[in-house]
Amino acid sequence: MAASASQPVFEIEGLCVDYTTELGVLHAVRDVSLAIHEHESFGLVGESGSGKSTLAMGAIRYLAQNGRVTDGSVRLNGVELLGLSDKDLRALWGAKIGVVYQSPLSALNPSIVIGKQLAEVARQHLGMDASAARGRVQEMLTKVAMPDPEAVMKRYPHQLSGGMLQRCVIAMALMTNPSLLIMDEPTTALDVTTQAVVLDLVAELKREFDSAILYITHDLGVITKICDRVGVMYAGEFMEQAELKELFKRPLHPYTLDLLGCVPHFDPTPQKRSLVTIPGSIPRVDHLPPGCIFAPRCGFVEEACTQARPPLVAVDGAHLSACRRWQVVPPPAEYLRAATEAVREVQTECVAREVLVAADDTQVHFKAPKGTVRAVDGVDLEVCVGQTLGVVGESGSGKTTVARAIIGLTPRTGGDIRLRGDSLALSTAKRPRSTLREIQMVFQNPDASLNPTRSVGDAIMRPLALLGGLDRRQARDKALELLESVSLPASYFDRLPHELSGGEKQRVAIARAFAAEPGIILCDEPISSLDVSVQGSLMNLLMKLQVEKQTSYLFISHDLSAVQHLSDVIAVVYLGHVMEVGDATTVLTPPFHPYTEALLSAVPLADPDVKQKPIRLSGSVPSAMNVPPGCRFHPRCPRNLGDICREQEPPWRVGEGDHRIYCHIPLDELARLQAETLVLDTEESA
Amino acid sequence: MVEPNVKDELFDTAIMDEEAVKGFSEPAQQERPRTWRLYWRRLLKRPAALVGTVIFCFFLFLAVFGPWIAPYDYEKQSADLRLATPTLSHPFGADQFGRDILSRIVVGTRNIFLLGGFGTAVAVVIGTAIGLFSGYIGGNTDEVVMRLLDVLLSFPSLLLALVLLSTVGPSNINIVFVVAILYIPMVARVVRSMVLDLKNKEFVEAARVRGETRSYVLFREILPNSLPPLLVEASMRFSYSIFLVASLGFLGLGVQPPSPDWGLQINQARAFFAIAPWVLLFPAITIAVLVIATNLMSDGLRQVMLPGGGRN
Amino acid sequence: MARFILRRLGFMVMTVLLASIIIFWATTVLPGDLASQILGRFATEEAKSQLRTELGLDRPVVVQYGSWLGNYVQGDWGKSPSMNTLVRPIVFERLSNSLMLAVVAFAMYVPLGILLGLIAALRKNTWVDQTISVGSLAFIGLPEFVSGLILIAIFAIQLNWFPAQSAIPPDTSFIEALPYLILPAITVALTSLAYVVRMTRSSTVDVLQMDYVRTANLKGLPPRKVLFTHVLRNSLLPTVTVVAIGIGWLIGGLIVTESVYGYPGIGRLLLFAIQRRDLVLIQSTALLIVLIYVVANLVADILYAVLNPRIRYS
Repeated sequence: MAASASQPVFEIEGLCVDYTTELGVLHAVRDVSLAIHEHESFGLVGESGSGKSTLAMGAIRYLAQNGRVTDGSVRLNGVELLGLSDKDLRALWGAKIGVVYQSPLSALNPSIVIGKQLAEVARQHLGMDASAARGRVQEMLTKVAMPDPEAVMKRYPHQLSGGMLQRCVIAMALMTNPSLLIMDEPTTALDVTTQAVVLDLVAELKREFDSAILYITHDLGVITKICDRVGVMYAGEFMEQAELKELFKRPLHPYTLDLLGCVPHFDPTPQKRSLVTIPGSIPRVDHLPPGCIFAPRCGFVEEACTQARPPLVAVDGAHLSACRRWQVVPPPAEYLRAATEAVREVQTECVAREVLVAADDTQVHFKAPKGTVRAVDGVDLEVCVGQTLGVVGESGSGKTTVARAIIGLTPRTGGDIRLRGDSLALSTAKRPRSTLREIQMVFQNPDASLNPTRSVGDAIMRPLALLGGLDRRQARDKALELLESVSLPASYFDRLPHELSGGEKQRVAIARAFAAEPGIILCDEPISSLDVSVQGSLMNLLMKLQVEKQTSYLFISHDLSAVQHLSDVIAVVYLGHVMEVGDATTVLTPPFHPYTEALLSAVPLADPDVKQKPIRLSGSVPSAMNVPPGCRFHPRCPRNLGDICREQEPPWRVGEGDHRIYCHIPLDELARLQAETLVLDTEESA
Repeated sequence: MVEPNVKDELFDTAIMDEEAVKGFSEPAQQERPRTWRLYWRRLLKRPAALVGTVIFCFFLFLAVFGPWIAPYDYEKQSADLRLATPTLSHPFGADQFGRDILSRIVVGTRNIFLLGGFGTAVAVVIGTAIGLFSGYIGGNTDEVVMRLLDVLLSFPSLLLALVLLSTVGPSNINIVFVVAILYIPMVARVVRSMVLDLKNKEFVEAARVRGETRSYVLFREILPNSLPPLLVEASMRFSYSIFLVASLGFLGLGVQPPSPDWGLQINQARAFFAIAPWVLLFPAITIAVLVIATNLMSDGLRQVMLPGGGRN
Repeated sequence: MARFILRRLGFMVMTVLLASIIIFWATTVLPGDLASQILGRFATEEAKSQLRTELGLDRPVVVQYGSWLGNYVQGDWGKSPSMNTLVRPIVFERLSNSLMLAVVAFAMYVPLGILLGLIAALRKNTWVDQTISVGSLAFIGLPEFVSGLILIAIFAIQLNWFPAQSAIPPDTSFIEALPYLILPAITVALTSLAYVVRMTRSSTVDVLQMDYVRTANLKGLPPRKVLFTHVLRNSLLPTVTVVAIGIGWLIGGLIVTESVYGYPGIGRLLLFAIQRRDLVLIQSTALLIVLIYVVANLVADILYAVLNPRIRYS
């Protein structure tokens, strides 16, 4: 995708943005430059605190009252944006600049119908009257593949699904064929399969519209689907900028290299390896190190790196790097092998056939005024001692509810759940201490997992005292030990949660879960809300602790790569029922359940060479109150066989190694049809 | 030529909040000041709230030490001093019985604080208990309790107070009880809404998963985190209780004479307003100052402890 | 929606019933033996017993309550011993006076309150906002007798612009009553103004931080359009609730103001009844006030549900 050789449509040069806060003046973005041409898409990648959103918003001059652009130049079609009056800026916004936001539901006014909100753009900038505007809106909605645009135009935002809403926002942003389209994490809030559809749409629209696209994300995989050029930001500065393939194949900055190594890749080998970790943490912009800001965490640092800040320069054609030592940065494959280690073997067989936790046709149904919500609708699972069962599913799959039923926070309404063969009581209140000890949980939201008024030490000591029966002194010693095992310094013992970062809080939550010395820990999306680099280190921690303590995990996530990385056995869940169960290694090769197939082809992999055949699902997940009859996946299944799928519940087809698929299509038939769905470039992995 | 468009500025809505910047960078290993120190620092930056707090504390001081500080005996009548104009020796003048107004006001402070204070305290204790249990237990019990409290809230406050007091008689204890009954529903609502919010937070669930007892969860996990809104509500209730006690006094249903109730003083002073306006004005201004100060303090507390939200 | 309204209506009826029980209990059961109070302690037991039968006090409490409530609903509110007339006409006359006052006060504080709240929110953290916010805080909870008396002192006595007392005779028309309504209305409006200002400011500040306002701005819409079409439509919703509830208070809660100005409204009637221990009058007036208050709350709830598309179409 060559960019046009003419002048760039959008140019930022030496931009500096400051914020004035309670803590003083923060230099959020420092001396940043980039250029995007017509039809070109620039991916802006960074973790939290990188300043990527601030850069975009600052460049188009939409900042909070306490934000200011202090230096630099921003040009759109040659026109300087800094220094324009408010009136002129508003003329540009919407007409020449379109924006797509992260959360489409909150980006739209809840009190105005969709049609009217979109029409506003046409009326304001294209000089259309009401009926012409309506026509234009309908046209745009058709372009974004919206089913039944007329009906959608009369709806309110809360009546539409996330995927549909985002398409409306995209339609709204592209209505005037803007010169610049800014997309700020537009798919982060969407399910993986919905995200895939939206990404396909964006790729298509890229061809049709002339806009230069600035695509902001933290997800390296998504970048490969959309972007031509990529820039990596860290704590307010660019570390590297290059063409897409260049960046992934041959990064020339240690930070980029590390980032690539933090992301779990699909690995069909039975060896579980650790992920790259970046020591230390992201600096705050008011406490930046002297010299290169990445130096304290860099694996290739030298004395000279800490003296002066290296500028971002072109080191190889259009490839820019802010690293002095770019020449010593090794190729990713080599680095991955060196910087990671083998942790353990995949345990596919139950050790000594000891099943620790078993769910047997478990059901959790909720009564609602309009019907019954069948959140968990007949789930069978087994976790063996020392094993990790990964449960993957999208929104509405019921995966969290299953965990809550197992641990007793949400009582099950049917079926059985057993611990070491004994049936478990429905809720925590009715379980004896000895049972409660055995099953513990790590929650999704680190900010809410810890009591804000209790110190870290107290949080860990409490289960030691309550469930472990230790006295105060023993508990304190053990708590300090646990802190060490999760790589937190002893000085954190007296700290309050608000003094910790998200990743640190999650470590405390893990320490707390291990305090009771449980047989199994349920991990409910424990890393989803954390930065990429922090996710990697937490996954390493979980694996290390498992090897040390021989604890089982039930690891729940919507992120298939993370699940595949950590688990021995994987269960794929859809709308309250398990669709497929199999070893972590075999689940990557056909046959797959059609849903698993769609998931695998939808996950954006951080590897431009992997081939994923696009298998897309239509529509969205039906409500758990209206579970489709027969095979519940049939309305969306790309391999729907017709009547039989609609009328009869599928059988369990069993393949080798106890691989089970819940489908009407026989296994060999599936294997044949799906041979090309996912082709991993085996050179890169392992 | 582009003129600065003043009108546009007035309606400029491109305003975001500091809060938008908060998620901007992880605090990493930097230490942030402990909670109470943070609150104190924020309070210092808000002059209005600070002034209110200082004035409130001054009145609190008067309430405690009033009778010893007052220059004269508040009950002592004196024929010569009847309706005396304010002078150096009697800065606020004297009332129709020759009693020193300044002293009556100072001693009257204790009245207001005791009645309002105790009433509010009782309301806070009982209201918190009701809110905690009802919110945590949920279900039908919660519905029923809330409906019952709603019934009390269906009366305009003063009306309910009057109806109750008129039947049981206006003694000090009765006033305290009436104030408490009036405010229990409001405190219970605030606490209940906090409980409903916290009940589903992960750290509370973590407590359940450890097998903590219900009272542990309520008193050691939920209650400490409900304190900021509770404190704000308590100080607002106190402010309203001053209003209520003074109004009752004005209407003749408050504390009986010769007790120096501010509302009552004002009521009795109406007759002499033309010839001796200070008899009415000084107590009136005092009430005004105390109420405004308490309001400023409450709002300051709200801004300091609940910067993200905190609706009225 | 219809179900929603019916449910709320049901709750309303239940609430009013329970309130009527409280009123009945407070006025009839609590004070003790009514016959003793009327005839005095030294009356003979026989005379008291006879009076009790006459007044129907020998029946079980529940029956007394039922009969009272039944009469009330049919419009028979009994006769007031202290005023020696039928209760209902007096109550309605006073009610219409209160309505006049309510209308004037409403016209004063609602538009002004919304405007000030909006300005404070748009100019957040500037001196304009500080003044409005602190000012409104000052007026909340300021007893009406304080503000009322000060207003009388300045505008009636010193400047002589308005009459100092508003004891208008019955059957005064609205126009004639107007000069007498101004000061009391201002007194009432001062407190209510503060609530409306604060609620408007707070909800507008919330809305201004919403993502959809950012979207509206970045669509390039002119500021005025963003404000009126996107911001106000959502931020005024909570204000509507506050205003609707305020109407209830405006009618039944002005006891102190009416006392200060001697205005013959329904609040003052209640006070009069309490001072005279006229139980019949107390019961009827209190229940009517509660009814109005509860209906106002119901209207507020329904309005909010109707105006909010998320609830309307759920």
